[in-house]
This record gives sequence, C-alpha cells and structure tokens, in this order.
Amino acid sequence: MKIAVLIKQVPDTDEVKMDPEKGTMIRDGVGSLINPLDLNALEAALFLKGERGGTVTVLSMGPPQAERALREGLALGADRAHLLSDRAFAGADTWATAKVLATLLEKTGPYDLVLAGEKATDGETGQVGPEVATLLGLPFATYVSRLSATDGGLEVRRTVEEGYQRLRLPYPCLATVLHDLNEPSMPTLAGKKRGRRAEVTRWGLSDLGLEETEVGLSGSPTRVVRIAHPKITRQTAFYGARDLDRGIAHVVALLKEKALLQGGGQA
Amino acid sequence: MRTERNGLGGVFVVAEVRRSGIHSCTLELVSKARELADARGREVTAIVLRSPSEEPVEPLFRHGADRILLVEDERLGSLNAEVHSRIVAHLIGKGDAEIVLAPATTTGRTLLPAVAALIHTGLTADCTGLEIDAETGLLLQTRPAIGGNVIATIKTPDHLPQMATVRPKTFPVAPPQDRLGRVERPLLDESLFCTSVVCLGEESVEGEEVDIQGLDVIVSGGKGLKRPEGFRLLQELADLLEGAVGASRPTVEAKWISYPHQVGLSGKVVAPRIYLAAGISGAVQHLAGMQTAETIIAVNKDPEAPLFRVADVALCGDLYEILPRLIDAIRREKEERHD
Ligand SMILES: Cc1cc2nc3c(=O)[nH]c(=O)nc-3n(C[C@H](O)[C@H](O)[C@H](O)COP(=O)(O)OP(=O)(O)OC[C@H]3O[C@@H](n4cnc5c(N)ncnc54)[C@H](O)[C@@H]3O)c2cc1C
Repeated sequence: MKIAVLIKQVPDTDEVKMDPEKGTMIRDGVGSLINPLDLNALEAALFLKGERGGTVTVLSMGPPQAERALREGLALGADRAHLLSDRAFAGADTWATAKVLATLLEKTGPYDLVLAGEKATDGETGQVGPEVATLLGLPFATYVSRLSATDGGLEVRRTVEEGYQRLRLPYPCLATVLHDLNEPSMPTLAGKKRGRRAEVTRWGLSDLGLEETEVGLSGSPTRVVRIAHPKITRQTAFYGARDLDRGIAHVVALLKEKALLQGGGQA
Repeated sequence: MRTERNGLGGVFVVAEVRRSGIHSCTLELVSKARELADARGREVTAIVLRSPSEEPVEPLFRHGADRILLVEDERLGSLNAEVHSRIVAHLIGKGDAEIVLAPATTTGRTLLPAVAALIHTGLTADCTGLEIDAETGLLLQTRPAIGGNVIATIKTPDHLPQMATVRPKTFPVAPPQDRLGRVERPLLDESLFCTSVVCLGEESVEGEEVDIQGLDVIVSGGKGLKRPEGFRLLQELADLLEGAVGASRPTVEAKWISYPHQVGLSGKVVAPRIYLAAGISGAVQHLAGMQTAETIIAVNKDPEAPLFRVADVALCGDLYEILPRLIDAIRREKEERHD
C-alpha cells in the first residue's frame, strides 16, 4: 500500500506566551513542530504500512525550515519526504495550497491513500484536505476517528455532531483525521539518526510545471484585507472566600439578564 | 471565475439537514443572507438536500429566503461528500450565485471546500462576521485565527461566488416575517449521484449531547474536579440552564468524559453566551477554544489561575462548595419565577 501523509509545520503553541498588554501571542523565539493532528495521520499511515506493507511518504509545503518537520516524519518511520518550497508559493490560501499539494501528489504518486490532519492549529480551516481530494477527483472522508484498511477499501468512522457515520471508500482515497484516532509514537534513537541522514526532495515551481499565477498569493482567490489584534478586555469581578454569596448572586443576575432562567423550571 | 459568472443569482445558503430535520443554524444563515442580499438588491436562495421528508420548508421563507431549491432523494439521507458537493456546485453554478454560505459544522466544513475546489473559487472558514463592503460591493468575511488572538478580514475579489462557512450561533435568527417564496424542485442528471463510496451505517451516541457548539450555555470542568463523578455535578448545572457540558483536555484523556466535549485548540471552539469553567487553569490551548464567549465565569481555588484573567466573574474557592450553592441559588430563582 502506497500512502502519502500531508504535514504542516506550525508554531509550538505550548511555548507561546500571551502578551498581557496587547493580548496577542508572542511568537518570537517560538519553536515549531508538526501539526498535532498530522502526527495522528502519520501514525495511522505507519500502522497500515506495518499491517499491509508498502511505503509512507510525507509531503509538506512551507518555507525551507519546514524540512525539519519532514525529517521528524522520517525519524518516526516515513520512507520518503518531499518539500515544496519556493518563494512563488508564499502567501497561498487553502486553494493555492491544495493546488500545489495535489500537483505534487500526482508527480510523486500514484498513492492508494492520502492522509492528513483534520485541521492545523494555526490556520484552523480544515479545507486543504477536501480541496486536495476534490482537485484529484478522489473520494474522501473528514473527521475520521477510526480507520481500517480492507481489500475492498478504506473503512472509516467519522465523528459528527449527531454521533458517528461509517463509510467505505474505494482506493485511491483521502481521509482527514481527528486526535482520538490513535496515540502518536515518539521517534526512537535509531529513527532520529535515520531522519537526519535521509534525503528530503525539494520541489520548486518549475519542477511542478505550474504557472506562477496558479500558486502562492497570485493563485489565491482570497485576500486578507486586514488583520486586527483584538484585545479582549473583560472587567473581572473577583469574589474571594468571604464574598461568595455576592459572587453567586452576580452569576444569577447575569443569567436572568440573559433570559437563561426561563425554561422549564422543573427544578 | 468572475469572467464567466456575474453573480446576479444572489445569496445562496446550504441548509444543514440532520436526522432531526433542518437545523436551526440554517435559519441564522438565512437571516444573515437576507441582510446581505438586501444590501446587494438580490435574492436569497436556500438549497435543501435531503431524503423525502414531510418537514415543512416554509420557516426558511419566514426568516428571509425568497426561493428554496429542494432536492429530495433517498440517496441524500446520509452525507456523501462527493455527491452532495457536486449537486451544490451544480445548483450554485446554474443559479449564478454571488455569495454562498453554509454552517461551519462537520457537514458544511466538508462540503464547501469540495465545492470551492470544483468551481475554483475562494472559501473562508468559520466566519464570525459578514458584511458587504459599501465601496466595492464585495463580501467582507471576518474570522478569528490562532485561537481568536487575531481577527482577519478576508475578501474574494476576482472569483465568484464568494463563499464562507459560519459558526453556528454567530448570527441571530431574524424575527419571522409573514412572507412566502417559491419552492423549486430542480431535476438533476443521474450522473450527479454517481459515487463509489458506501455508507455502512450511522449511529447516534446514546444519551449524550455531542453537539456542544450550538448551545447558549456551556459548563466545563477540568482536572480540578479531581474525580470523574465531578462531571455529574456539572451536568446537573448544565441541565438547569439547558446547556451542555464541556471539558479540558486532561479530563478527556483520563476518560472522565468523551472527546466531543473537549473545548480548546485540539477540541471544539465554542462561543456560547455563558461559559462557566470549574477547576480549569486556563492554559492558552484551552483559552483558544472559549475566549470569544460572550460572558465567562470561572471557578477556581487558585487566585492566580490564568483563566481568571479572561473571566467576567471570578469565583475563587473550592468548586465542590461553590457549585452546589450556585445550583441552589438558580433553583430558588427558577421556582420564584414559576410561582
Ligand atoms: C498541542 C496541544 C493541544 C492542546 N489542546 C487542548 C485543548 O484542546 N483543550 C484543553 O483544555 N487543553 C489542551 N491542551 C492542554 C493544555 O495545555 C492544559 O494542559 C490543559 O488545558 C489543562 O487542563 P486543566 O485546566 O483541566 O488542568 P490543570 O491545568 O491541572 O488545572 C486544574 C485547575 O483546577 C484548579 N482546582 C483544583 N482543585 C480545585 C477545586 N477543588 N476547586 C476549584 N478549583 C480547583 C487548580 O487550581 C487548577 O487551576 C493542549 C496541549 C497541547 C500541547
């Protein structure tokens, strides 16, 4: 089974501190790591490889430093790694990102299965997976919390608002996965060594055979008009041990004001 | 692209159809769509894809739709991303949509990206604000990023339609008007239904409200509960307020409660009218999921708990003392109202 995993390098939010003045995240000096849900996708890919044989390829689009995330993927057990890095790719929205990733999957494939995290912790759009699948004409499933590979296709369980939906998708297909799919492993020492040495193939615009107008900012249908850093200021009413009665009365008054105490009354 | 389309068909809303029927977040979007369509002098069309049903669609008219495109087919009973997205793409293309909105639910967030890829246009996820730019007539889409720490305004200048998913409970449902519209049942080519994906079944999670995102009140618990039974106390409070129970990640990892309840960076992003957090310290990853709530109430025994810094009301003390007292006070208040 040939499996591709799409990974994204994101800022390490564990290290992110809040700027108390501006109410923004301080990103300077913050490390980066593989988007947590992408690790679940990689773990699933490695599991399937163990079960059914084959190869796992990790792919990422990003600045040259994103190579680190790919090396981490190699350290965890991926066989091959491809990095899409070109100044022309900068400023891509989800459409332009999906376009480039889909093209690379075509160039390096064919794959039986493409896996990705449901969303990234920085952009949080969850759009790239479905867009890649659709550009490649692949059937896909999102919000996958369980998956197994059978000869007849990939069987998945999607976690949705009302419960679960179970699907069988024929190969080739794409799935985006959730955190409760599995428990990602840590790299071994031998893995880390391999990750440092293994080759990461670099791809630029000309290698993909795409036009400059199809990628990056110029290939993006959406434009950011402005970015605001809202300072969420709340006047905190603080009630300590001796004021708890007043504090509770304050909460009840708030509930009343918001008309949240009207229902039923079957107390 | 804008060159082939001109958007005279106005604003389209993709209805959220669940097993229980058309979900109320559809009415929120139709209400907002009405406002946007009026600013553009265009119509509002709602797309309803479902298996044959008796449920009336007229409420969509009363909240702002001019037209409903109703497709009823046994094969539409369960979401099939391929089929549903193809049909939506076909209908908005044929209808020459200028703007397409869908709820940012698991369904909307699955369908719309596929539609955007099919028709090559932009899509903005999880919008919390939508307005028409008076100068250009373009849709200005506002969304929080990086856990609400940054608010980005986005537009789609050269492609049509302009598409966005919108979090439930972002916009109010407009008061119902005495108005009607047209129900059209478009005939669809059989090829649109072609798929190789098989639905093996659907299960509801029994006795559990998994959808915490759409409720006015969320009562969340963290490690400070000390034991899984603590969630019963929270459930009692949530039931009183017709709300849902949320949780911090460690309590989900300890299996005190299931994952659909998790709030935060790797869980759900919620913006209820009241968010009450008990025994939650307020790590950035948790804040990322709830700091845009209208009102935040925090219960913690540590006066330095970071969550207090974003709270409107801070109750400092043992949650096992405070919550029962709060529950009593709410009961008393409700009884008084009842008498
Ligand atoms: C990549 C990543 C993603 C993450 N995603 C999420 C996420 O989605 N959601 C999430 O919540 N976390 C997430 N986390 C974890 C997060 O960093 C924190 O570890 C977590 O939120 C802490 O949970 P907590 O507040 O319940 O526990 P703690 O931090 O242990 O806090 C317990 C609190 O309870 C208080 N307390 C104790 N006893 C009592 C009592 N009797 N009465 C009142 N108060 C009491 C304590 O003072 C303390 O403040 C993530 C972490 C990472 C690295």
